[in-house]
Amino acid sequence: MPFGNTHNVLKLKYASSEEYPDLSQHNNHMAKILTPAIYERLRSKQTPSGFTLDDVIQTGIDNPGHPFIMTVGCVAGDEETYEVFKELLDPIIEDRHGGYKPTDKHKTDLNADNLKGGDDLDPNYVISSRVRTGRSIRGFCLPPHCSRGERRGVEKMSVEALDSLSGDLKGKYYALKNMTDAEQQQLIDDHFLFDKPVSPLLLASGMARDWPDGRGIWHNDTKTFLVWVNEEDHLRVISMQKGGNMKEVFNRFCTGLTKIETLFKDKGTSFMWNEHLGYVLTCPSNLGTGLRAGVHVKIPNMSKHAKFEEVLKRLRLQKRGTGGVDTAAVGGTFDISNADRLGFSEVELVQMVVDGVKLLVEMEKKLEKGQSIDDLMPAQK
Amino acid sequence: MPFGNTHNNFKLNFKVEEEYPDLTKHNNHMAKVLTKDMYAKLRDKQTPSGFTLDDVIQTGVDNPGHPFIMTVGCVAGDEESYEIFKDLLDPIISDRHSGYKPTDKHKTDLNFENLKGGDDLDPNYVLSSRVRTGRSIKGYTLPPHNSRGERRAVEKLSVEALNTLDGEFKGKYYPLNKMTDAEQEQLIADHFLFDKPVSPLLLGAGMARDWPDARGIWHNDAKSFLVWVNEEDHLRVISMEKGGNMKEVFRRFCVGLKRIEETFKKHNHGFMWNEHLGYVLTCPSNLGTGLRGGVHVKLPKLSTHPKFEEILTRLRLQKRGTGGVDTASVGGVFDISNADRLGSSEVAQVQMVVDGVKLMVEMEKKLEKGEAIDGMIPAQK
Repeated sequence: MPFGNTHNVLKLKYASSEEYPDLSQHNNHMAKILTPAIYERLRSKQTPSGFTLDDVIQTGIDNPGHPFIMTVGCVAGDEETYEVFKELLDPIIEDRHGGYKPTDKHKTDLNADNLKGGDDLDPNYVISSRVRTGRSIRGFCLPPHCSRGERRGVEKMSVEALDSLSGDLKGKYYALKNMTDAEQQQLIDDHFLFDKPVSPLLLASGMARDWPDGRGIWHNDTKTFLVWVNEEDHLRVISMQKGGNMKEVFNRFCTGLTKIETLFKDKGTSFMWNEHLGYVLTCPSNLGTGLRAGVHVKIPNMSKHAKFEEVLKRLRLQKRGTGGVDTAAVGGTFDISNADRLGFSEVELVQMVVDGVKLLVEMEKKLEKGQSIDDLMPAQK
Repeated sequence: MPFGNTHNNFKLNFKVEEEYPDLTKHNNHMAKVLTKDMYAKLRDKQTPSGFTLDDVIQTGVDNPGHPFIMTVGCVAGDEESYEIFKDLLDPIISDRHSGYKPTDKHKTDLNFENLKGGDDLDPNYVLSSRVRTGRSIKGYTLPPHNSRGERRAVEKLSVEALNTLDGEFKGKYYPLNKMTDAEQEQLIADHFLFDKPVSPLLLGAGMARDWPDARGIWHNDAKSFLVWVNEEDHLRVISMEKGGNMKEVFRRFCVGLKRIEETFKKHNHGFMWNEHLGYVLTCPSNLGTGLRGGVHVKLPKLSTHPKFEEILTRLRLQKRGTGGVDTASVGGVFDISNADRLGSSEVAQVQMVVDGVKLMVEMEKKLEKGEAIDGMIPAQK
């Protein structure tokens, strides 16, 4: 793959204007922020592991825009990317994360006891509940940039940590490349299996290299706690179950995460984290908590209401189809989750989902009875 | 993109076993040849522009095998790749090009007058005739590796050269990023337009980066001579027309190519060529002449004859579907072209196509009349 640092030096022979990308057809955060002047100042830089400006922005050049979502258009190759290229990434972070400033501090709160309620979302409407986040292991490059040796190193360390979990977290690792057909089918039926990325957003940043080497899925015996290894981030940690007991899902999430982090610390490493950006992940959209807490909820009436988008916005929630980020809703069932990642703690974000979904279900019930929801309209959170 | 040279040094911190790719499920030339020892020997090397071993092999690691064709599984990033990584590439070249040895010399013959016959292939069977090749411009890195500045420079130089062509070659350049809808429709109708690669073989090598920047199509007014700029190679040069007059197609091909080469030489940027590998192109399968001379021909009976494959092998010909390299044939119409690229000249390869297709059409006619073709089976060329 190109953009080796010798090649970066070679590129400097061309004037900045000759190398500057054509972003005239583009609509993503990177294209909004990058200027020829910024490009000129940053193009000679590299992180200690050799990630360059062109490496950061390649996915945004190759993917001008997405129909459903304003994409970020850049990725980090390692922890230092966010420092070396802060001139580009800080404004993107600010634009993406509701005005988060370079001087702001992010608060981490993984104490599940701080969540109020959340155990009584109506299962006639709330079909399932799920919380996910990502974690990066300090000392290794990130998926756009890591070598096979590094990726395997991340896998080995992760599997060792996960294998030492016990109690209701006790489970097993299924490496993608050693999976039997039977195991694969079961994981598909459980909706656990992740496949080689097809999204051009991910492919263009090099995250699918060497697939399926070093990738795998770990889950506990009860199939309520799941870890993806080396997909879009080093680790994706997921807690999920049918029904509306988000409190229990969040409890398990926090307990499991905390245990895993302790295990990594025992091995002399830790997760990438700092007090400004919180947890450091591959995509700038996942900084902070990296947390997406959501439900699949039946709101056929509410979703057709003229004020649906406005309600979501005020509740700081986001809708997606039930197939994930690139899909549309089917049959009035929506994936509703927190829109924020950075600048709010985990507890705060899950609280917003719990409170917001509770309200949406109340509104749905009113609309079913032909009643108005005007007096239920929330204030902007 | 990863594998910068700082990153290459970084990777050397990991042992060979940790970085060596898992090729157990692979079936391509690279996987057949690359041993762990070879990987150990070559992994710390890089070309002057910074192309590394992992850059060479990434596409082969990411694409284990192709159903129709034994793929090469590696690419060059610049002219020097073939020298720096000769330990890997020489055996691959030998395997792919029928035992071509590291000491062999390749002969270039673009004198169309040396072709015998070829002006009388039966147009009731031979629907169209086409000759294509590629050219790389010395002093620039190749499509897997080049920067936007380099790619634009290749485009600029190419368009200047093409705009000096006159007479039967007088034509116009259509850059992909400025095409009007009308122009695009016309180019599609003419079967000239190339689109962003979708083949994972090309995507895995980084050739689609920055699409459609600096890519374009030039063709003459008569629409019989066409040049693709910055697709899989710097230049792809194509001469084509309906019917079976391969002689005329080849004449136009040779004359046009020579004119283009003269113009590039005047700018001190000749084509990459050496007496061992002939014309140097991105994919090792296209070394030598880089030439594929072929016809679309109706062979519904011969193609279902048990000896069809044997005949093709003996004639040193290859079959493809009429949609190109990754397709199957439709309605008994096949794309028949020379199988060889390196070790025989342009004239010799087109001669094989002309003589071979003439024979196959005769065989088809015999089979139509219910006669045997046993007496016509050729010797191995």
